[in-house]
Amino acid sequence: MTVVSLACVAVLLATAVVGMAAGRHPAGRPLVYGLGLVATVVAFGSAVAAMVAPPAAASEVVLPLGLPWLGAHFRIDALSAFFLAVVNLGAAFACLYGLGYGRHEEAPHRVLPFLPAFLAGMNLVVMAADAFGFLLSWEFMSLASWALVLAHHRDPENGHAGYVYLVMASFGTLALLLTLGLLAGPDGGYAFAAMRGVEREAGMATLVLVLALIGAGSKAGLVPLHVWLPLAHPAAPSHVSALMSGVMTKVAIYGFVRIVFDLLGPSPWWSGMVVLAIGGASAVLGVLYALMQTDLKRLLAYSTIENVGIVFVALGLALAFRSNGMALAAALAFTAALLHVLNHSLFKSLLFFGAGAVLSATHERNVERLGGLIHRMPATSALFLVGCVAISALPPLNGFVSEWLAFQAVLQSPELPQWGLRIMVPAVGGLLALAAALAGACFVRAFGITFLGRPRSAAAEAAHEVDRLSIAAMAGLGVLCLLAGILPGTLIDALAPAAELAVGGRMPAQQAVDWLTIVPIAESRSSYNGLLVFLFIAASASLAVLAIHRFASRAVRRAPAWDCGFPVPSPDTQYTAGSFAQPIRRVFASMAFRARERVEMPPPGDPRPARLTVEMHDPVWDWLYAPVAAAVGWIADRMNRLQFLTIRRYLGMVFLSLVGLLMVIALWP
Amino acid sequence: MGDLTFDIAHMLAGGLVLLSFVMLYQDRLYALLNVYALHAVVLAASVAWQAFAQDAPHLYVTAAIALAFKAVVIPTALHRIIRRLGIHREIETVGGVGPTMLAGMGLVALSLAVMLRITPEAEPLAREDLAFALSVVLLGLLMMVTRRNAVSQVVGFMSLENGLVLAAAGAKGMPLVVEISVAFSILIAFIVIGIFLFRIRERFDTVDLHALDRFRGERR
Repeated sequence: MTVVSLACVAVLLATAVVGMAAGRHPAGRPLVYGLGLVATVVAFGSAVAAMVAPPAAASEVVLPLGLPWLGAHFRIDALSAFFLAVVNLGAAFACLYGLGYGRHEEAPHRVLPFLPAFLAGMNLVVMAADAFGFLLSWEFMSLASWALVLAHHRDPENGHAGYVYLVMASFGTLALLLTLGLLAGPDGGYAFAAMRGVEREAGMATLVLVLALIGAGSKAGLVPLHVWLPLAHPAAPSHVSALMSGVMTKVAIYGFVRIVFDLLGPSPWWSGMVVLAIGGASAVLGVLYALMQTDLKRLLAYSTIENVGIVFVALGLALAFRSNGMALAAALAFTAALLHVLNHSLFKSLLFFGAGAVLSATHERNVERLGGLIHRMPATSALFLVGCVAISALPPLNGFVSEWLAFQAVLQSPELPQWGLRIMVPAVGGLLALAAALAGACFVRAFGITFLGRPRSAAAEAAHEVDRLSIAAMAGLGVLCLLAGILPGTLIDALAPAAELAVGGRMPAQQAVDWLTIVPIAESRSSYNGLLVFLFIAASASLAVLAIHRFASRAVRRAPAWDCGFPVPSPDTQYTAGSFAQPIRRVFASMAFRARERVEMPPPGDPRPARLTVEMHDPVWDWLYAPVAAAVGWIADRMNRLQFLTIRRYLGMVFLSLVGLLMVIALWP
Repeated sequence: MGDLTFDIAHMLAGGLVLLSFVMLYQDRLYALLNVYALHAVVLAASVAWQAFAQDAPHLYVTAAIALAFKAVVIPTALHRIIRRLGIHREIETVGGVGPTMLAGMGLVALSLAVMLRITPEAEPLAREDLAFALSVVLLGLLMMVTRRNAVSQVVGFMSLENGLVLAAAGAKGMPLVVEISVAFSILIAFIVIGIFLFRIRERFDTVDLHALDRFRGERR
């Protein structure tokens, strides 16, 4: 298995070279995306095979690359097989979508070389089994995605996004470097196999946990390290945005799981509390940010932060349960986390593809200038709706299953021995519920304003349906969302080896339960049947449609001429995204984002229009990043003088630093 | 025999350090060059003695290279450069002789302290050699820092390199190719620096680095 996956990575790297050579050629696009599609499909197949029949422990492949005495270790176990499947599934759909969508790309030579390299990097991170290979692939992935963020580099906003991304990615890698260095210890056991099972002091374990949370969390987009994500993800071309949001954040979650659950070993009970708090904050703040956005892709990027928060809440629960020896509950929480990882990669890719389709049809990302697309792009809007329903965690789609499992894990909290956790877990459960509700509102708003109503601009009016390949990619993801919602039992069983590896327990096998029902703990406590819910919803919805069309639509109705809220027949009088978000803004954002509204009402007789100005501040940016940036700027200003010294002074500085270092050697005890 | 070998090696390396001190306070360029040539001769002798002591014939080649290039070719060429630039009468004011010498002594003490501390396992010959070599390097650097004339900075650089060769000769098993390549890179550096000296002179009518600083709009 490992060899097949590595061969796929080699093909992807070769494809990157092809992309470099044929970037400007019209045949380059089908060639690169086609090769990428084949490679990722094969890699996906091999990953699924590794999940179904886990390879023997000895399947580690050592290549003579990297550090000379270490080599590059690659290994696929149950955990990496699952993430490998997620990565390659998302990648395959992105390649399929790119086949069609790439036609609108104005600078293909800036995308084609880096996309396969990015995919190869993500594959390598998941397969790496030594610290050196892991960090190298991680950085390779970061840099390749950074290049993709800057694909349209002439836009100054993208330049800023690329800069912030690069700074945050370097910072995260630094944290991971320290993490793995601490895990390797003074003897330099850089292979993952050497890190496992080492006894560590409590202080060391805490430090590793915090650093891993910073390093992987900054890539995954945890609050407060999320600032780069809503800038960088939307800046890239849409299929790359889908990969970054849907897949790369998952690779970051893999990094966290690998380090904290696998390499670090047992952790103190309160470590779960830290992860829970950060995850809960990310979930609520992420979706609140998303609700305030009018840029469709940025909205989706913020919603990624929310979903990553949900995954981390589930991981925190798994940590808390595991440190108390509650293997079953830990397996439940961990399975919920992994399932949400898969689900989010499916529906977030679908939504970004939809946003890309809207963007290519209208050249507009601002939802306030869209509308009425359901008539012009029926297939896209239907599939986008599927994505919206899934991400809002409505049954029978997949988002519901994983969030339901997470809530089931929350409900296990009364059995925890520590009072701190017993109080905190239900509180975080409340945050999750709040986030889920706000996500529903957020996606009602996103879908409604974008696709319903009447077009708010000429571009939206002139939109056309996108090409078939893009629709095929979206449809494939939509079908998978539905299947994952109806057949969660199969997935839960497939995830059992990974959960066993990470938390040392597994959920009861769901294959034995009749009628595709899932029973996480016991029949008497809770169960869910996606198929039944699906059939019920399908039947009742069809009946309702039938009834409305039979009895209501055909009848002639008389109604007042000024009814329905359209006193003036201009599209601007429609309900806007801003007005939809206003109640939520007033309730939550006035505190969280210091949102202030100001109404400018012209005096009677003045023909000027009235104006509503909303002012919002990002607290994380204002209180964390702005002071740090100011301090760095201040120091840089002071250091700037070093640019203009005389030759003798430079020599003198070299001399003095050499003497200083020698003094250190001479005086070191 | 063993003691005598050690003593002679010690004496030659110590002589190198002593000559570095002599160079520190030479304020006339010709005198500086002559001391540098002597420095190179002592280096060649020292390397040759190492060749004899270590029974490593290839070090004789290094010694011959040092003698030919550093003691003859480079000083002669620098003599010509100075004559053509017409700066042979210039006197450099190099801070106070006393403070410079004191700093140099401090550096020698530092390098001895460092080297004797970190190489307890090495054999005494290599140890002393390394300590002296580091002193020569540091003194060369000190000379580069204190001088203002470009030519004397070049000489400082060359004497620094002598220290490197001394260290290389002291370390057993240094391949010949490394030494030869170091020797040639120094020669090339010398050529490049020589060309730059003339370019600086063409532009600014002087090789005083002060002029360069003025040109860059620096205030001192």
